[in-house]
Amino acid sequence: MLEPSRSSSHGATVRVTLDGALVEARAGMNLAAWLLERALATSSAPRPAEPVTRVSVCGEPRAPLCGMGTCFECRVTLDGQPHVRACMERCREGMDVRTTPQGGAHA
Amino acid sequence: MRELTCDVAIVGAGPAGLAAAAAARAQGADALVIDEHPEAGGQIWRASYARGLHEQARKWLERARGARFLHGAAVYDAAPQGPAPQGHGERAPRPAAPPAPHALSVWQRAGGAGEVAGAATVHASRVVLALGATERFLPFPGWTLPGVVGVGGLQALMKGGLALRGARAEGRRVLVAGSGPLLLAVAAALVEAGAHVVAVAEQAPRSAVLRLGLGLVAWPAKLAQGAALTARLRGVPVLHDAWVTRVEGAGRLTRAYVSHAGRARAFDVDLVACGFGLVPTTQLGELIGCARAGEGLAVDEDLATSVPRVYAAGETTGIGGVDAALAEGALAGLAAAGADARVLAPARARVARQRRFAAKLARAYALRPELRALASDDTLICRCEDVALGAVRGFTDARSAKLATRCGMGACQARVCGAALECVLGWPREAPRPPLFPVPFAALAASPSGTPREPVA
Repeated sequence: MLEPSRSSSHGATVRVTLDGALVEARAGMNLAAWLLERALATSSAPRPAEPVTRVSVCGEPRAPLCGMGTCFECRVTLDGQPHVRACMERCREGMDVRTTPQGGAHA
Repeated sequence: MRELTCDVAIVGAGPAGLAAAAAARAQGADALVIDEHPEAGGQIWRASYARGLHEQARKWLERARGARFLHGAAVYDAAPQGPAPQGHGERAPRPAAPPAPHALSVWQRAGGAGEVAGAATVHASRVVLALGATERFLPFPGWTLPGVVGVGGLQALMKGGLALRGARAEGRRVLVAGSGPLLLAVAAALVEAGAHVVAVAEQAPRSAVLRLGLGLVAWPAKLAQGAALTARLRGVPVLHDAWVTRVEGAGRLTRAYVSHAGRARAFDVDLVACGFGLVPTTQLGELIGCARAGEGLAVDEDLATSVPRVYAAGETTGIGGVDAALAEGALAGLAAAGADARVLAPARARVARQRRFAAKLARAYALRPELRALASDDTLICRCEDVALGAVRGFTDARSAKLATRCGMGACQARVCGAALECVLGWPREAPRPPLFPVPFAALAASPSGTPREPVA
């Protein structure tokens, strides 16, 4: 319990399903950090259909703000569970991440 | 539903919580630490993707050896308790019949260390609230655009592995703005991470920050920290009397406008890291019934709150920084474990010294009135429910605005807009209601204290 909970695969390339597409990520990286890094690496602005983390009530794309579990801007559907704060999660092999569409979570 | 019992439950595993755990253990108490994050350290000693546990967190975990830890676990409800029958807090000797323990409802995410994974009730004779703080965000036109992050928020994401070197030689362009010593610390970390920090925009006047420096002769270590930070900035322009007035971009932030000493300036940026100091996290304390003093929880000289057998330590009682948090955590841990006056006296003295430093800091970085007027009527103030400032202006308080407009009713439960409205419109923050975090219905049903206090809408 006194040692950090890092798996032996920490830093290894893992495959994450993001909105249905298989994408490579680094094991152990903060999920919100990974989503923001991907957005920054994209030259085009996110369209509401492809938000960084979620689409707001009015249809604005949103991205992580507080990074520490307070603002809920980074909420995604993770392995079928809606409203999961990406900033409290880490990338791991086989995780299924869905950004939150306008109007709330996936059914 | 799991049931856990302990002498001292400590909520929060940042510096204050870890120091409280170490102090409680030193008194022989059975301590249980509940923390929302996957690893100990809080925000300032947050574990990093590259290096794992922070070395200070590791050191204090060693000192707290024997304490139990529940990580990835949020306290979402607690049975409210009445105030102390007389005076403030509790005094030794303890009553012959032990009072009923405090009951904290905990939800632990799957995979969190401590193996509750689901709902649990923690029964504790004493509770130490070491809840920390969150960033103060103030609304300005464009602040909901992807690319606007907190200052501490960006630091946390960098520790989580966010790379800012980017494809260009000079790295991602970042404007660091807002107020407080955190701005320089994060700007220095950004420079070292290969980002291009276009400027630091500190809203406080240079004279106030200089006065703070002159007032720190009694705190040479803090002065040295400040000097070292400036050296690490390597020529990044540090602007005083400067704040972001608006940002713009098509679906993503590309440009930030800054007012600097009365002149307008523009910066092409990928990110704006903006935070106006910190707000003490008090929700759980308020739910239990603890009184507030200013923005933090009210405490007596032994850090007892207004509710018997509940103590508060660190940023929860008012923003003071890591050294204050360590001193207060130690005192609260000792007091909660029933240490005698001889042991408490030196711990009290250390806390008093740190509080004097905190008062100097608060004066230097007091927020200027112009910041209250940045948001226009069509600027969203509630990011969860997309409520614009203009829609709530006609109301007189947060509650009436919420009932009519849903402002503050979304997922964050007014953690962001509550502090913003307090600053912009002068509305006191509304008392929190359970659950403090979204939890599955099963957890609500199992919560012994979770009887709905008002009909569920």
